[in-house]
Amino acid sequence: MIRFILGKLLYLIPTFLGITVVAFGFVRVLPGDPVLLMAGERGMTPERHAEVAAQLGFDKPIWMQYFDFLNRLLHGDLGNSLVTKKPVLTEFLSLFPATVELGLCAILIATLVGVPVGVLAAIRRGSWFDQISMTTALIGFSMPIFWWGLLLIILFSGILQWTPVSGRISLMYFFPSVTGFMLIDSLISGQKGAFLSAISHLILPSVVLATIPLAVIARQTRSAMLEVLGEDYVRTARAKGMPPSRVVGVHALRNAMIPVITTIGLQIGVLLAGAILTETIFSWPGIGKWMIDSISRRDYPVVQSGLLLIAAIVMLVNLLVDLTYGLINPRIRHK
Amino acid sequence: MLLKKIAIAGAATLLLCSTALPTFAKTFVYCSEASPEGFDPAPYTAGTTFDASAHPIFNRLVEFKKGTTEIEPGLAETWEVSADGLEYTFHLRKGVKWQSNDAFTPTRDFNADDVIFSYDRQGNKDNPWHEYIAGITYEYYTSMELPSLIKSIEKIDDNTVKFVLTRPEAPFLADIAMPFASIVSKEYADTLEKAGTKEDFNNNPIGTGPFKFVAYQKDAVIRYAKNPDYWGEAPKIDDLVFAITPDAAVRLQKLKAGECQLMPYPAPADIASIKEDANLKMDEQAGLNIGYLAYNTTMAPFDNPKVRKALNMAINKQAIIDAVFQGAGQVAKNPIPPTMWSYNDAVQDDAYDPEASKKLLEEAGVKDLSMKVWAMPVQRPYMPNARRTAELIQEDFAKVGVKVEIVSYEWGEYLKKSMEPGRDGAVILGWTGDNGDPDNFMGVLLSCAAAGEGGANRAFWCNEDFSALLAKAKQSSDVAERTKLYEEAQVIFKDQAPWATLDHSTQYVPMSAKVSGFVMSPLGDFTFDTVDVAE
Repeated sequence: MIRFILGKLLYLIPTFLGITVVAFGFVRVLPGDPVLLMAGERGMTPERHAEVAAQLGFDKPIWMQYFDFLNRLLHGDLGNSLVTKKPVLTEFLSLFPATVELGLCAILIATLVGVPVGVLAAIRRGSWFDQISMTTALIGFSMPIFWWGLLLIILFSGILQWTPVSGRISLMYFFPSVTGFMLIDSLISGQKGAFLSAISHLILPSVVLATIPLAVIARQTRSAMLEVLGEDYVRTARAKGMPPSRVVGVHALRNAMIPVITTIGLQIGVLLAGAILTETIFSWPGIGKWMIDSISRRDYPVVQSGLLLIAAIVMLVNLLVDLTYGLINPRIRHK
Repeated sequence: MLLKKIAIAGAATLLLCSTALPTFAKTFVYCSEASPEGFDPAPYTAGTTFDASAHPIFNRLVEFKKGTTEIEPGLAETWEVSADGLEYTFHLRKGVKWQSNDAFTPTRDFNADDVIFSYDRQGNKDNPWHEYIAGITYEYYTSMELPSLIKSIEKIDDNTVKFVLTRPEAPFLADIAMPFASIVSKEYADTLEKAGTKEDFNNNPIGTGPFKFVAYQKDAVIRYAKNPDYWGEAPKIDDLVFAITPDAAVRLQKLKAGECQLMPYPAPADIASIKEDANLKMDEQAGLNIGYLAYNTTMAPFDNPKVRKALNMAINKQAIIDAVFQGAGQVAKNPIPPTMWSYNDAVQDDAYDPEASKKLLEEAGVKDLSMKVWAMPVQRPYMPNARRTAELIQEDFAKVGVKVEIVSYEWGEYLKKSMEPGRDGAVILGWTGDNGDPDNFMGVLLSCAAAGEGGANRAFWCNEDFSALLAKAKQSSDVAERTKLYEEAQVIFKDQAPWATLDHSTQYVPMSAKVSGFVMSPLGDFTFDTVDVAE
């Protein structure tokens, strides 16, 4: 098992180096000059432009800028934002828990709803439940998140007034951030009603963010289950007179879960992409909105280091998925 | 017996509830549209940043009188200007207390050292606070030309400072009423320097303003508390909260749900429904801005004023106001908005007349003209949809036989390419005033000096007579004389037509019907020291 993990870790090194090149190059390939953007409609004299560019190190050849970036990276320095002038890592760490909290809730909803729906749809293949749930999944998969979020806000917050419109907690509550996770912080704070307020704020954005992964997971579970249910050992189990719940729950589901877990793992990327829109709509202070703002302002250090951090996390999650894979299916780790 | 028990239990619960209920301070929540870049007003340029820093927390030597662009005393109670216009002596307000926080308790009141420090750190590269955060620059200080304008700042005594200028500059007082010129505490800077936490100057600001900074959770919430020692009229609210809400539709939903009491920048499509909502009210004001189409006056055939005028006559501006602004704006005829002093209302706009336009083009010998019109990729208060505007202009020009190709670039590229001297085509762009001085429009956008590299004169229009009038006006401190000069300049502008002046947009501020005391600023600032909210 240790060799398996080490092997996986070794793979990460070249991948990570590749990502530094892409992250560094990506924002520089985009047209637009961060120095000119600072000046806006006002314009800037060429002398002043050169002065500011030199101060920010943009006057150096591009390869030198890249090695500066790598060099600082090796020293644990991700650079400072051009806009806020704050260290990128500090900003990332202050925003990341909000995204994790939202992402975890979304993936929880997507899995807890998606897997049972997929299983049921597979068992009752061709039934009205199968058809309705899979059509709904297709709609969910193609739903424009921005529009979907606004629709839910107007219905649940505007007309029905069941949920708050946006934010992470009612502004009535004010306590220091300990973990950055609002659900935990609100519990620790001991303020009455704070936890419930945090939960009520989490519902709509999680549902919106969960929509696409839920659809994918439900469809994936259904097809994986259908495949497994057709296997010989399932037929044998049935022939032996095993109760259907045991056939489906133990024999079929456990085997069907392997591709499903891969799918859930792959949804991390989808979640981070969805977080960009969801966070903007729900004024959720996470890294998605942070990245979008930084890209539009051509905040080079934030975009390149932010991308790097996000990529590192996606890689880590994928590694964990691979390891879980090994746990569920011993054949994989012995290969 | 049972009834008695229930009654006692009920009474006890009631008592518990009533004692457990905290007494809420009067809180005002503003749904702001974006996050501040930081809390030190000097290094930044965004209005959102100033709304969160300069206005609630800080003061300037002189201030804009609420709701106007007139100058009134701020931290300077009075001032004198020497006869040659080169020396400004400010007499500072006494007894102004600095705010305090966990790391800092002031030992003295505001004085001349603070004023000198506030300016010196921006202009003097050797000041240890000039680059207290790596990469920090002072763009407003530089672009208002203060480095070349201020010769020296002298401390006469603790409560008197003298600014010596290198040339007379009429807009000087308006310049230093701007947010970047906020007065910061030298003692606080010294304390942070000793503690080795210089960056807190930008994170935990200390000012003299109506509100104290309490906390900022990035991209989410900013909290302020009433400054109990404020030298001016005390704010009517106890706590001020900015709930950062980037999406306009969501801001409106929050306002309707009572999650905030006031919001900026409603979507034009929502204006009508806000007006109908009995729980909301809305202030409106003509914005201090201009949207324009700038020809490249150095390239044929646009170097001929006749051609420019002919094209201007072909544009149906009212149709643009109706379609793009949904009525929330007015047609522009001058390069400055009508709310600004020295606006020349006697100027006649080139009326929409396609037939006359065609004739004029023929006279100028222009046939089968095809040109580019540049459409900005971003929304601005002066131009909510440049692409749609460009399409309308395209249709209008087609009617007079001019073929238009619409082009657009990413915003940074747009700003850069539109300033390149050989630029092909006419550019849609605009301007929002910084300080209410006419020079901040005409000087910045149309003078010969601005037509050079790095300027903002995108028509590359250099008219000696026009520029001479501006230069003369800038040196005079007599408002009546300046008004006359600027009025004359506007006549030349219209006659030469380097731009098609398109619009001045209307600004709307929706708020809860319970809000009172909010005053709209022509400069687009959001300030809350006079705001009250009914329980």
